[in-house]
Amino acid sequence: MSKKSYIQAITEALDIMLQEDPKTLIFGEDVGKNGGVFRTTQGLQEKYGADRVFDTPLAESGILGLAIGLGLTGWRPIPEIQFSGFTLEAVDSIVGQMSRMRFRFNGKKNSPITVRSPYGGGTHTAEMHSDNLENIFTGVPGLRVVMPSNPYDAKGLLISSIENNDPVLYLENLKLYRSMKDDIPDEKYTVPLDQANIVQEGNDITIVAYGAQVQEAQKAAEELAKSNISCEVIDLRTVSPIDTATIFKSIAKTHKVVIVQEAQKMAGVGAQVASAISEEAILSLDAPIGRVAAPNSVYPFALAEEVWIPRKDEIVAKVNEIINY
Amino acid sequence: MSKNSIVDFSKIKDELADLAKPIQVLDQNAKVVNQAVFDSFSDDQLVEFMKKMVWERALHEQTMNFSRQGRMGFYAPTAGEEASEMGTVMAMQKQDYLVPAYRDIPQLIQHGATVTEAFLWSRGHVKGNEFEARALMPQIIIGAAYVETAGVALGLKKNGEDAIAFSYTGDGGTSQGDSYEGMNFAGAYKVPALFIVQNNGYAISVPRESQTAAPALTQKAIAAGIPSVQVDGMDILACYSVAKAARDYMLAGNGPVMIETLTNRYGAHSSAGDDPKRYRTDEQQKPWLEKDPLIRLRKVLTDKKLWTEEQEEALIKEYKDSFKDALKQADAVEPEKVSDMLKRTFEVPTPELQAQIAKFEEKESN
Repeated sequence: MSKKSYIQAITEALDIMLQEDPKTLIFGEDVGKNGGVFRTTQGLQEKYGADRVFDTPLAESGILGLAIGLGLTGWRPIPEIQFSGFTLEAVDSIVGQMSRMRFRFNGKKNSPITVRSPYGGGTHTAEMHSDNLENIFTGVPGLRVVMPSNPYDAKGLLISSIENNDPVLYLENLKLYRSMKDDIPDEKYTVPLDQANIVQEGNDITIVAYGAQVQEAQKAAEELAKSNISCEVIDLRTVSPIDTATIFKSIAKTHKVVIVQEAQKMAGVGAQVASAISEEAILSLDAPIGRVAAPNSVYPFALAEEVWIPRKDEIVAKVNEIINY
Repeated sequence: MSKNSIVDFSKIKDELADLAKPIQVLDQNAKVVNQAVFDSFSDDQLVEFMKKMVWERALHEQTMNFSRQGRMGFYAPTAGEEASEMGTVMAMQKQDYLVPAYRDIPQLIQHGATVTEAFLWSRGHVKGNEFEARALMPQIIIGAAYVETAGVALGLKKNGEDAIAFSYTGDGGTSQGDSYEGMNFAGAYKVPALFIVQNNGYAISVPRESQTAAPALTQKAIAAGIPSVQVDGMDILACYSVAKAARDYMLAGNGPVMIETLTNRYGAHSSAGDDPKRYRTDEQQKPWLEKDPLIRLRKVLTDKKLWTEEQEEALIKEYKDSFKDALKQADAVEPEKVSDMLKRTFEVPTPELQAQIAKFEEKESN
């Protein structure tokens, strides 16, 4: 047990899996000698050699095509797409190819691939670096989408993703990389790929969040506690699949829900959660479903992002609105 | 060029055209133009080449018949491409990994899929993809074949296998961005990837000339540092010899190769009803029909007294009977259940899928 940042947790998970499974391979732009542009793969090429950890040409579709071919020939690829916006260059490899492999071959072939990619706002990067693109990928059959909110989950979910025999899109939050540290075990452990986490128990209202918004939700809950509002905060951990059972159980107790996401509001994770509640658990509620999300614009240029991204105050306001309905 | 210009771009462009020189063993009139290569084939081998092309032509004709009877699904006609398809695939070994596109069903069968499986693929049944052959199912997004072939080839190399990856795409496929990414990766990692481009002149209706300003598609490989050659795609001896040389070169650890076969599809893009007369004339087609790969090799074999018309007719009947049997076997395969489809989306179905599986199991139990 020792204090580690989100990024250290990821590096540690990669190190453990390179050590444990000789078939794992890490590759992507700048992941070798440079250790990744965020140093996520720092030291790994030195430790495991350039056959296991290697740089690629600058072409995302090529990187994920490479992963598919390696997966077909007995390897367990862990490719990195340098920023989430660059996954758009590889949409066919993800959506049209790797996610369909098991389906096409009736399970005789698969794509045991974990695509790692950083995303998320608040770090004032250039365009196409911060976008929350999970709204595009959660609708893809055959693909799991994982979005850890803290160092403990980052390590455990990454190990589970790599061990899983289906393709996983593992999205790492840029803002969380170095901004939070947790005491986490040094040894190997896993976190399941289909279970939400109740990060804080409460009785008056349920807040559903994922990624960096879990922290915002916790901050909001802390502030609301001062007004004697008791919030239950649920961290989805994986946005495909979504653990609706945990949400339903919580709202059966609180009868109120606010769903929070950093991504644009249109057709995404929050909408899916709201739809599931409406379909299967609407009678648990005694107030409308509250939603906090970014507006439906293109992700803003850096100087506008702090206003655009939903933060604690908007969650507090929305909870008060629903509580006082 | 003006006297003051630092560079003559027109001259550079003219020089590109010099790179288009197809390799032949037999010319259009069946005259041997490369005696040394021709002499390296035994009589039995020559007969075997002819048999494979007769088989492919018979498969095409029978499939078109089934198609007209409404007994086939998607089918991309292959007549005209027999030398290109059979010549190249015959140079491969079972351990090699095939990445085919939709017109490459004959190669997939030669590589180990059954005819029944090929028919099931055409009809749209997952059993068609459960072949023992070391291959992917026919690729529809053709550019993807390039990047995946690079990946398979890297995997084979890392495994230390005595095997190559080989893919088939067409002239249109070379316009997709992934074609460059795949060739570039293969070159950068020096992997045994053979990219076979069957240039049949048309991407559905768009002619090769409208597809690119490159005088030869082989030039696309040169940009990635990959050796590439044009081959007369109506000359099976040339197609086989070049593919075999490429395989030997790659197994020696030299990295990827690209082959462009110059061929022609006699029929439509697919059996779904498009009419080639909308975009090409009989006059344009005539010279290609005169280059027919079967006519060319038949003449050589007949002159050598290795082949007779009766023999060919008997073979065609034998092949077509076997295709009819294969279709009967396809008819006997139970339709796919949606509940089974849902089960194979993930290794372990998600909770929501589990509920959907239960729903369809109930629906399909009636």
